[in-house]
Amino acid sequence: MINRIFAWLTDGAHWQGSDGILRRLVEHLGYSLTAVIIAALIAIPLGLYIGHTGRGRVFVVNLAGAARAIPSLGLLFIAVLWLGPKFSGDIAFLAPAGLVLIVLAIPPILSGAYAGVEGVEPDARDAARGMGMRGPEVLRHVELPCALPLIMSGIRSATLQVIATATIAAVVGLGGLGRFLIDGLAVRDTPQTASGALLVALLALAVDMVLALVQRFVVSRGLTGRYRTAQTFDSDAGVTPPAPALQHSA
Amino acid sequence: MKRTRIALAVTAAAALFGVAACGSGSSDPLAAGGSASKASSGSIVVGSANFPESALLAEIYAGALSAKGVKVDKKLNIGSRETYIPALKDGSIDLIPEYTGVLDQYFNKNAKATTSDDVYAELKAAVPATLTVLNKSAAEDKDSVVVTQKTAAKYGLKSIGDLAPQAKNLTLGGPPEWKTRPTGVPGLKRVYNLDFKTFRPLDAGGPLSVQALKNGQVDAVNLFTTDPSIADNGFVILDDPKSLFAAQNVVPLITKSKVTPTISAALDAISAKLDTATLGQLVKEVVVDKKDPAVVAKEFLAKNNLG
Amino acid sequence: MTWLQDHLGDVLDLTVRHIYLAGVPLILGLLIALPLGWLARRHRGLYPILIVGTSLLYTIPSLALFIMLPFLLGTQILDPTNVIVAMTIYTVALLVRTVADGLGAVPEAVNQSATAMGYKRGRRFMSVELPLAVPVISAGLRVAAVSNVSIVSVAALIGVAQLGSLFTDGFNRAFMEPIIVGVISCVLLALLFDGVIIGVTRLATPWQRAGKASS
Repeated sequence: MINRIFAWLTDGAHWQGSDGILRRLVEHLGYSLTAVIIAALIAIPLGLYIGHTGRGRVFVVNLAGAARAIPSLGLLFIAVLWLGPKFSGDIAFLAPAGLVLIVLAIPPILSGAYAGVEGVEPDARDAARGMGMRGPEVLRHVELPCALPLIMSGIRSATLQVIATATIAAVVGLGGLGRFLIDGLAVRDTPQTASGALLVALLALAVDMVLALVQRFVVSRGLTGRYRTAQTFDSDAGVTPPAPALQHSA
Repeated sequence: MKRTRIALAVTAAAALFGVAACGSGSSDPLAAGGSASKASSGSIVVGSANFPESALLAEIYAGALSAKGVKVDKKLNIGSRETYIPALKDGSIDLIPEYTGVLDQYFNKNAKATTSDDVYAELKAAVPATLTVLNKSAAEDKDSVVVTQKTAAKYGLKSIGDLAPQAKNLTLGGPPEWKTRPTGVPGLKRVYNLDFKTFRPLDAGGPLSVQALKNGQVDAVNLFTTDPSIADNGFVILDDPKSLFAAQNVVPLITKSKVTPTISAALDAISAKLDTATLGQLVKEVVVDKKDPAVVAKEFLAKNNLG
Repeated sequence: MTWLQDHLGDVLDLTVRHIYLAGVPLILGLLIALPLGWLARRHRGLYPILIVGTSLLYTIPSLALFIMLPFLLGTQILDPTNVIVAMTIYTVALLVRTVADGLGAVPEAVNQSATAMGYKRGRRFMSVELPLAVPVISAGLRVAAVSNVSIVSVAALIGVAQLGSLFTDGFNRAFMEPIIVGVISCVLLALLFDGVIIGVTRLATPWQRAGKASS
């Protein structure tokens, strides 16, 4: 079996053309990143607002948990049946799936933003007010930077979720790496399915690593304690940064 | 004591899941798995492909067999032929409704027959040793290449061959398995010399395909001839003069060891009563009127004194 | 919702199957993750290996695992065992880190007191570390439970009957009602699992309630 998968992956013909691996990889990345960016544009401001003002927090706290429970396959089918007839051209495939991807990406990011702002040290907020900053300034200069670790964690969680769901979206005609899974399933071409699975897994890992790097550079060093490189940490903490409060889903 | 409490809690949780497991295990094949599907003679597992007509036919078979006292388990919506034939071979299912032409081409790479009786004869010879087909019915449901009325008018299309000059600018849609199937994209090239610009994998003649044709994502699509949406949308079925899609009579494909006189009598009786018009009507009730396949099957059997 | 009324029996049957397919892996996964998590804590070098390994497993798309398992295990194609094994793998992948972190959250002072009182390693694990780790582990278990309920529905694409079958059947006929009923049922089922786990956790951690009552 491993030989067949390897053979399938190294076959040059599978890499070129309109249903080649490269094209599908780019498509998949495109769908996923677009969905996460749009979701972040909606969820981060909303989460910051809710965390800062405290309004609507009950809603948000329960939202992430409930949203993880929604089966993405069902949601995809509903979206296609409902929205598909309303569009013409290729948008009819992209819009329903894209909507579902965005809807699934919002809760983790919203949760992260909200939890991040909520978790800001009261001392830091107090100090900011003491320095004369007003509401929005506190948000921008203190709360947002302090919330970044959890926001990034939410974004990483959302990205994983979206990449996984975009794979299933091939069932409703979307392109991307999921096509290898679905088309392989339809003709029982297991090397194709397995290769598709491997590629999705590798893509998810690669994107997560890139985001981890982004997190490393974006999050202020004061938060991660990276100044204190010489000091040995309690080995309980391991080599990973403070464990994010959010877990992977789907 | 702490330990007793924990033990109690764990037992409670285990009991809860145990109850759920037992509850599902007693009456259905889940706990037993597919292999132990009680090889007691007279019990049979009916499967179906992943489109409504197949599920409907499976329900009809199941209903008729139950009426004759055979114990029936149903595993519907398995997938494409490439998925359920191995399931048939490894014993996960025993019986499935099929179509003579495509099944013949699946088992026999050199299938040549095109007429109903010829195809049936060729199929009987091509079926693997452990399987067999019973009597065929008059009902036919063929694959077809369908275009909108507008497209047909624009390019003057009457038969599949007319697509040849235009194909390189057109998009074809069909189930994912069409990309490699002998009756799919390779077949269209071989028989009618069609080289489409792109092939869009959609679903097996389902709402994705209908929608794609209606909205212009594809210019031609594979639909089944009994599909009510063809008439509903004024689609045009292109003629198939070279019989790429040979005769497709509905026929039961069954594991030889499972055939008993009762079972073959019941299934042959169904095949005798089923014709294309009736099948089309039944499919319409399931797909358009959204009636339950099991209910439609029961009504059909009752009307024909088969259940 | 006349459709639901007419098909209540079918929906309940599918729900029971879904409970089985999502629930058994939870228990199996927990049983496997406990020793693995313990190993990860005990041998510090193993921690990153196990965590990275299990994260890798988690990125494999569920559909692919369902399809490939018959080949890897030699099971029949439609055997629900494939789904159970796949879901157990995902549960273990989620829980190993939680168990390790849960056991790590036990204050070192407590461990040392237990040793000082004469608890040997095994009894210390069962009587002290594990009970104290229960809240963290249960949080991870809740995430796994909800996740499982959602992922199992994808198995409808390979013909395994459970609530996801409502999705495929509805979609094939362009029929919304079964799909909506299926989605709502999945969400309700996830809430049910969540509630059961919370309840069992409460039973298993009486000291948390006692602490609140006395403060």
